[in-house]
Amino acid sequence: MSGHVSIRLASERVNHCVASNNELPQFYTPGEVITGTQDFMRGHGTYVEDDSLKASVAGVMQKVNKLICIRPLKSRYVGEIGDVVVGRVLEVQQKRWKVETNSRLDSILQLSSVNLPGGELRRRSAEDEQMMRKHLQEGDLISAEVQSVFSDGSLSLHTRSLKYGKLSQGVLIKVFPSLIKRRKNHFHNLACGVSVIIGNNGYIWISPQKQDIMVDDNREDIQNYEMQNA
Amino acid sequence: MAGLLLSSTEKVFIIHGVQDDYRSDGRSNIDYRPMELETDVVSHASGSSRLRLANTDILVGVKTEIDVPKPDKPGLGKLEFFVDCSANATPEFEGRGGEQLANSISNMLERAYHSPHAFNLKQLCILEGKQCWKLYIDILILECGGNLCDAVSLGVKAALFNTRIPFVKAVLMDGGNVDLQLSDDPYDCKYLDVASGPLLVTLCKIGDKCVVDPSAEEESCSVVSLVVGITGNPKFYVTAEEAKNMPDVELKCSMIGMNGPGSVAPKTFKDAINQGMVAAKCLDKALGQALLRERQENTSFKKHSYGFLK
Repeated sequence: MSGHVSIRLASERVNHCVASNNELPQFYTPGEVITGTQDFMRGHGTYVEDDSLKASVAGVMQKVNKLICIRPLKSRYVGEIGDVVVGRVLEVQQKRWKVETNSRLDSILQLSSVNLPGGELRRRSAEDEQMMRKHLQEGDLISAEVQSVFSDGSLSLHTRSLKYGKLSQGVLIKVFPSLIKRRKNHFHNLACGVSVIIGNNGYIWISPQKQDIMVDDNREDIQNYEMQNA
Repeated sequence: MAGLLLSSTEKVFIIHGVQDDYRSDGRSNIDYRPMELETDVVSHASGSSRLRLANTDILVGVKTEIDVPKPDKPGLGKLEFFVDCSANATPEFEGRGGEQLANSISNMLERAYHSPHAFNLKQLCILEGKQCWKLYIDILILECGGNLCDAVSLGVKAALFNTRIPFVKAVLMDGGNVDLQLSDDPYDCKYLDVASGPLLVTLCKIGDKCVVDPSAEEESCSVVSLVVGITGNPKFYVTAEEAKNMPDVELKCSMIGMNGPGSVAPKTFKDAINQGMVAAKCLDKALGQALLRERQENTSFKKHSYGFLK
């Protein structure tokens, strides 16, 4: 087959499922009976009907003592305080940015929870408010940490550390949030010269390691590009 | 794919990659994403195919009908393309939403197939000036994942390759009237010669270079794309032994179209067409090999129909 194009027939389709020797966890579908007895407590993703506990989402069971939860395999991101997320700025509003983080509601990044250029902590003036779009624009990608969760489940982010902030050149990969475990470190520098940010929300940012240098090198290009589009 | 938002640095990253002939999914500028093809999926059509390119899903059916040839072209048959954008593909296609796109694709196909170098309409002639075959090529877009033109043209060529035309048994001339008797045996038929059929290649201009089969991210970096229709090489549609005896055919460009508000410099334009030729050659070769394998399975009765179930 030629290298540039590959056309496969339907009859030649390969099953990409990974064969595993250890037993797979049982997969529950919505409405499936988990247990008939009443000795268990109802957790997330379950409901009680006709004296039995049933799953309300498609996923795998998690059991803590008597509490039964069903963790969905495909879902939106449900944030927790301290999570590292990668998000895209959707809107610049008064004193805050709207950020898309793959959760049910758009997250919010307050002007007061970013490190402004200059370094020192100070009150945010009206001038800062007018400069917001200079700092982060619609479409910009940022890495941030979840500062708090509002009562409706939307997230408030902060970037008050040098490791967070605007992301420059690289590629964004989107996966399901359930595939990403919470870990101590979500920033990785690989030996091959690639740095990876694995956001808890399923957004993974892959970029060259020497980011700052790259941005400096290409500053002219970026400005030219922006001028072309302006 | 207008809804996609990218930051300017991401765009620069993509543009620089394209400049160095390296794209973010590891392809080079003339690489396509993997495709999957199945022919003979619709039992009540004369020929059909289904093509999946990444998330783009195309179903093509060919119906045959006997018609009277045009008075100015008595020895030629007829082709008619119809594209239907299903609202399943994207919600934008609902109602009359996809009509403009559908028309532009069917017009492009019509222009690409119009050239006698691309498709020999003489093979559809039954009786000169009296009767000819008319092929209705219905294209259904089931899922829209970008790069529609290329996928549609591949699907159409595969469906035409799969099309069987029944043999005409008897012709009764009764005064000026012609009465045809077709063979009842479904295996008593001939395949069409579509080896030189054109393939459409969309070239998306990013920076100074062009890429084929752009992803949604790449599409949002470019302001203009070219569509070129390149005729096929009959060598790719016969076995290797037969190909040795065949003369080399030069590829011809039978159609050029342009999408988007941007402009293209003459030099870039020339480079783009040459790049399209190279890409079309690879595409044609891969399609020919896949179709030959499929026909092999068909004739040895090993073929199972997979359709949409697997």
